[in-house]
Amino acid sequence: MARDTRSLRTSITAKALSLLPRHWKRLLWERLIRLTLAAAAVVSVLTTVGIVSVLLFEAVLFFQEVSILEFLTGTRWTPLFASQHFGILPLITATIITSAGAMLVALPLGLLSAIYLSEYAPDPVRRGLKPVLEVLAGIPTVVYGYFALLFVTPLLRQISPNVSVFNGLSASIVMGIMILPMVSSLSEDAMRAVPRSLREGAYALGSTKLEVSTRVVIPAALSGIAAAFILAISRAVGETMIVAIAAGQNPTFTLNPFVPIETMTAYIVQVSMGDTPTGTLEFKTIFAVGLTLFLLTLMMNLLSQYVVRRFREEYE
Amino acid sequence: MAAASPDFRRRMTRRQWEGRAFHGLCLLAVAVALAMLVLLLVYLARQGLTRVSWEFITSFPSRDPDQAGIKAALLGSIYVVAIAAVVAFTLGVSAAIYLEEYAVRNWRSRIIQVNITNLAGVPSIVYGILGLEIFVRTLGLGRSVLAGGLTMALLVLPIIIIAAQEAIRAVPPSLREGAYALGATRWQAIWHLVLPQAMPGILTGVILAVSRALGETAPLIVMGALTFVPFAPDGPLSRFTVLPIQIFNWTSRPQAGFHEAAAAGIIVLLALLLTMNAAAIVLRNKFQRRPEG
Repeated sequence: MARDTRSLRTSITAKALSLLPRHWKRLLWERLIRLTLAAAAVVSVLTTVGIVSVLLFEAVLFFQEVSILEFLTGTRWTPLFASQHFGILPLITATIITSAGAMLVALPLGLLSAIYLSEYAPDPVRRGLKPVLEVLAGIPTVVYGYFALLFVTPLLRQISPNVSVFNGLSASIVMGIMILPMVSSLSEDAMRAVPRSLREGAYALGSTKLEVSTRVVIPAALSGIAAAFILAISRAVGETMIVAIAAGQNPTFTLNPFVPIETMTAYIVQVSMGDTPTGTLEFKTIFAVGLTLFLLTLMMNLLSQYVVRRFREEYE
Repeated sequence: MAAASPDFRRRMTRRQWEGRAFHGLCLLAVAVALAMLVLLLVYLARQGLTRVSWEFITSFPSRDPDQAGIKAALLGSIYVVAIAAVVAFTLGVSAAIYLEEYAVRNWRSRIIQVNITNLAGVPSIVYGILGLEIFVRTLGLGRSVLAGGLTMALLVLPIIIIAAQEAIRAVPPSLREGAYALGATRWQAIWHLVLPQAMPGILTGVILAVSRALGETAPLIVMGALTFVPFAPDGPLSRFTVLPIQIFNWTSRPQAGFHEAAAAGIIVLLALLLTMNAAAIVLRNKFQRRPEG
């Protein structure tokens, strides 16, 4: 018993003696950890810096040989042919066709689904349905590409013989299905954030559910819904595999959804799959196209964040 | 009610019918979305289910569609996803801890935050260009599984950071305060109390990130993964292909036999994704049931 007490006392003394350097060691350790963690946070900033500088650096080299004016206004895109033309407009129109088509599918279906989930569905139904709808967003895009090319396109060709094997229509329908859950989920979140009291006030005035949904809830949630739409468009513009598989690889300056076209993303895939040597002017086109794509989607993402911040209705 | 004018009653009936029609329309939209999902799955099953077999999983690709298998692609996918998961988990959780527990709310931390939000919206193909220039060419890793894994790590990093931040933010401050009161340092409180509490939420985010990496095709094509690989990756610098690229390759061929192989590959891919998402849901439920601290 006495021995125990003594050994305890010596160990306490030992501890007290070593307390000062240990304290320093611990402080140092804490500093080190803090620095390491901060470095990890900086990696995300470096990623952005990397993306911007890689795209800018190579695109500047590209624009030393091709005028920006020709790039932005030319209607012929034939960098891989003997007679080279570098007008990006055919890739832009293709991107517009597929994204606009996708939105024509995703916008009404997504918004109506969101209204159903937020205003009509009983709670257990909503909780069951939402994850099932989100499965659509989790399916890899290459799977949608397969579905578009081998199921939807043959179906469309049976309906109309004008539809080519590769076409913008099939790709945009399937892409619409893919981004539908994004529209419905984000819109539903915005609608559910509208306070109950607003709805109850409208019901007390004798409104039907339709009137409450369309004249109270949607206007109140409009900033969130608009932001969801813009994000969905940005997603459609950047989507690659569906259009690379189903829309074709023909940069045609057209707005016809039945013929083969080539979007910006599909072009980047085409060059990457081919045997174009890196460092050539042909290869540098992917950086110019990539930069255009990056700036377009960045603008839309920023616009979406701005819409949420600027036009949010606050009910506090 | 008896006093209601016939005019009012007529309009009321019309409004009620409009309401019912709108309800029907909303239901229809949900039904269309669900029908597309069912259609997609049934079509894939009919096309590819007969081709899924142990032999299909353990064979290398072949010029004969009936002999072709996904061994190389599956192993390539596992390598890429494993590298991406380890790197993105380490970086992502560290960054989230820094932003939530250390960073002072000033312009610097705001820039990092805005930057992460925007990175999440960058098209995946742009990450492929980044990977090609930085990992493949500048760092000289070549078109290897390591370069592919690192590219994917950057792609999923924002997903993990955002999920980890939310999980850490949900840990009640009283826990940290209790630890500080007992003399713990900041890191001791984080390591022993905050992280264990936040881990289910963080892991849910990691699983979502991994399933994203598993399904991505475009960045790896741009980065220069191969399409025909008759060998298993034998190290971090080995050339490789992944399951989605193999599916893309088979889909693009004209022969129906390859389309069946593509469908079978898709079934394997979806089965993997489903397993992971089920795990994420189990984790999330565990997370949500946790009593308030």
